[in-house]
Amino acid sequence: MTVASPNAARGVAVELIGLRRTYGTVNALDSFDLHLAPGEFVALLGPSGCGKTTALRCLAGLEDPDAGRITIGGRDVTALPTNKRDLGMVFQAYSLFPHMTARQNVEFGLEMRRQDKATRAKRAGDMLDLVGLSTQADRYAHQMSGGQQQRVALARALAISPQVLLLDEPLSALDAKVRTQLRDEIRRIQLEVGTTTLFVTHDQEEALAVADRVGVMRAGKLEQLAAPLELYARPASAFVADFIGLTNRLRGRATGDRAEILGGSVPLLPGSGSGDVEVLIRPEHIDVTPDADGNASVLSASFLGAHGRVTATTDAGEQVLVQVPSASLPDFSPGQRVRLTPRGDAALAVAL
Amino acid sequence: MPFFVYTTVFLVIPTIVVVVAAFVSEGRPTLGNVRALGNANFLTAMRQSIILSAATALIGAVVGAILAYAVSTARPDGILKRFVTSLCGVLAQFGGVALAFAFIASFGAQGMISAWLKKAGMAPSSTLWLYEWNKGVLLVYLYFQIPLMLIVFLPAVEGLRPQWREATETLGGTTWTYWRRVAMPILFPSFVGATLLLFTNAFSAYATAAALVSQAQPLVPLQIAGTFTSETVLGQANIGKAMALAMVVVVAIVMAIYTWLDKRSSKWLVR
Amino acid sequence: MSQRAAFRRKQTLFRWVTVTAVLAFFVLPLLGMLDFTTKVRRGGRTLATWRTLSHVSEISTRYPALKEGFLASLGLCVITVVLMLALLVPTMTWVRLRLPGLSRTVEFICLLPLTVPAIVLVVGLVPVYAWVFYLFNESTLWLALAYVVLVLPYAYRALDAGLRAIDVKTLSEAARSLGASWFTVMWRIVLPNLRTAVLSASFLSVALVLGEFTIANLFSRRNLQVAMYQLGKSDAKISVAVGLVSLVFAFVVLFAMSFVGSGRGGRRARRAAAPAIPAASPAAAAAKES
Repeated sequence: MTVASPNAARGVAVELIGLRRTYGTVNALDSFDLHLAPGEFVALLGPSGCGKTTALRCLAGLEDPDAGRITIGGRDVTALPTNKRDLGMVFQAYSLFPHMTARQNVEFGLEMRRQDKATRAKRAGDMLDLVGLSTQADRYAHQMSGGQQQRVALARALAISPQVLLLDEPLSALDAKVRTQLRDEIRRIQLEVGTTTLFVTHDQEEALAVADRVGVMRAGKLEQLAAPLELYARPASAFVADFIGLTNRLRGRATGDRAEILGGSVPLLPGSGSGDVEVLIRPEHIDVTPDADGNASVLSASFLGAHGRVTATTDAGEQVLVQVPSASLPDFSPGQRVRLTPRGDAALAVAL
Repeated sequence: MPFFVYTTVFLVIPTIVVVVAAFVSEGRPTLGNVRALGNANFLTAMRQSIILSAATALIGAVVGAILAYAVSTARPDGILKRFVTSLCGVLAQFGGVALAFAFIASFGAQGMISAWLKKAGMAPSSTLWLYEWNKGVLLVYLYFQIPLMLIVFLPAVEGLRPQWREATETLGGTTWTYWRRVAMPILFPSFVGATLLLFTNAFSAYATAAALVSQAQPLVPLQIAGTFTSETVLGQANIGKAMALAMVVVVAIVMAIYTWLDKRSSKWLVR
Repeated sequence: MSQRAAFRRKQTLFRWVTVTAVLAFFVLPLLGMLDFTTKVRRGGRTLATWRTLSHVSEISTRYPALKEGFLASLGLCVITVVLMLALLVPTMTWVRLRLPGLSRTVEFICLLPLTVPAIVLVVGLVPVYAWVFYLFNESTLWLALAYVVLVLPYAYRALDAGLRAIDVKTLSEAARSLGASWFTVMWRIVLPNLRTAVLSASFLSVALVLGEFTIANLFSRRNLQVAMYQLGKSDAKISVAVGLVSLVFAFVVLFAMSFVGSGRGGRRARRAAAPAIPAASPAAAAAKES
């Protein structure tokens, strides 16, 4: 377990144990287990309907699990109503109270905790400072941009110094630039306050960029829970490999801990199948060189800024994406013969 | 543009006619018509009209709002909601002759409900209450005020986002906190706006009262209509115009209140 | 464990109690009507009234006034709807495209009738109609001219919601760039896209005109409501039965429309209109006592 937060001491551990939740015949959560270390930032990632939001809402108490237990800081909160759980939550959008100013929104939770006026005002001011909105304190929700609204929502959630911070796709309604900006800011603030955080998203880039650990979910179950690098380099299943980053699927033959593809050999990750397999290999794990006697021909070459991408068709008829340095792009033109060779990084193979 | 010509002839000119004629008698400007409004008969009618409209607006608004909330908790595209909104859409404009008949058929001397009450031994001594402005007419008016409230208030209730309740809960608030601090303040401007609309609706209603009350003229619209039929009395028509002007003034005051309120809340209300 | 479930149960209970209580208030007078039309003097039931009502020929011979009023109301509906659409659709589209500065004025004029009680309008219309009746003839159908004013606010809201949901400007620019004339733009592009809005504006107008009593009665013209009122004095049963039938009919139409209207265009239009206070859903705009 990796615990990256320097303020870990301030956070508490959170455990979701054997959660089950069904809607009619759909299993939104199916024996779902998740442990968050004190101060840890965990992202739940998955396609829509995989149960990630249900897991977060169960932890918030906004939804009752059919079975299972939830503990926060060692205390069983399964039967506790939401308002007694001591959480801060940021919703996807539109969660600010429209008839209150930014400051009044931030003060609301403090009022619920019966803090006096001066304390409230001080704390609200500090929190708006923290999210960089102290000049907008007297604005109403509709006078602010989507990004500003979400900052206020974050300030409001953190103002009550919650034991756990819950982020329910807080960035998905924002446009791309604001999204990256706010994403990094959320991480900065989380590291600063050290609150244990659960973040739900369908955007893999978001999850990989900010979380200590990322849990990939599928059909109500946790498919893999690991640090971003680990998840990318050593996916535990084809689903994870496909879901995270770009992946080529190439037919080959596996014997022992190696597999033959593209006329070369690659080491296999644990859990790989044997015999006739599909090897899941990343575009940057393949080399491409111009070669009249090669094993593929170029379909297209595109410039993507920092690097380029060559799409080629092998003689066996498989399409392969390869990442190349931008500088070498002029070497490739459609129809040209090339040789593709695996670089030798470990890959996952699934039996056919 | 034909639009402007048309509305001038059939909307602007009539309005001007009412305003001007209220101050004219036999071709000469006069304050006599307006002064004639000072008579006890008209003042009583005006007072009763205002009380009736305010009472039905308030009761209708409260009952209609509760009904709207109840309906909003149902499935958004379910049968219950479609049924209630369609029914209310019809009933809200069901005022008039048929509505008066419906209540006479139910609460009149031979009425079905009167018969039930008689059997239960709870019948009032007479069924004449049905034709009094502050009893029967009030009940009948509620029959279109409650549905109207549902129709105009439901969109506001449905505009309450579930996130607001959830945010309140995560911040430590109870259901009561949610209603007191979040939902009610958010709904308040719409509620008052809808209530004012109900007021003008009842205030301008004529058909229902006309079909129900045939003897006296306890309400302003009935008195105005009275000036039409009694053309024998000279100058009555102009007094009718003065009464019409008085109605316009009342409605204008209500609208002014609405505008003022709207401006106050529009600093946070998004439309 | 299941606080949410308990909350939901309570909510369901509250919903059913409220809805049942209010519906009882709504339904009882209607039952009263049904009871009244089937009652015989010494107890017992008869369907005679309803049998009469189902024979069109018998109604027209026995109750000529009812027939006359019904036909007049039908005619008024058609004229009002046609006139309303001809006045509003081009004006509103044109204002949106070319004269956005006028949109406030148009809105103000269209909503003005909401603040002018029908009875006041009658008072002001007396001299106008004196001219109309003098210049043309005394036909009941001239009332349609005043009815257009009555339906203006409701029709305006419905059409405005429709126009909001489509981007008239881009659509018409696209059509113009492809060589369409302004007439073609209106007829082939704008109108088809406003289908739902036009339908609901028309439905509202029809409902309002069928229920109109004030203006017709005070100008001593016989439309459906006036005929029912007069008939109520001599043969109350048939009059009550007609009232009940028209109510049930209107409900069935509106209920059916609530399923049709929630389709593609309808939903978009409704979302655009939702925050306005007297909202522009068909039912909402139908709401005004006649």
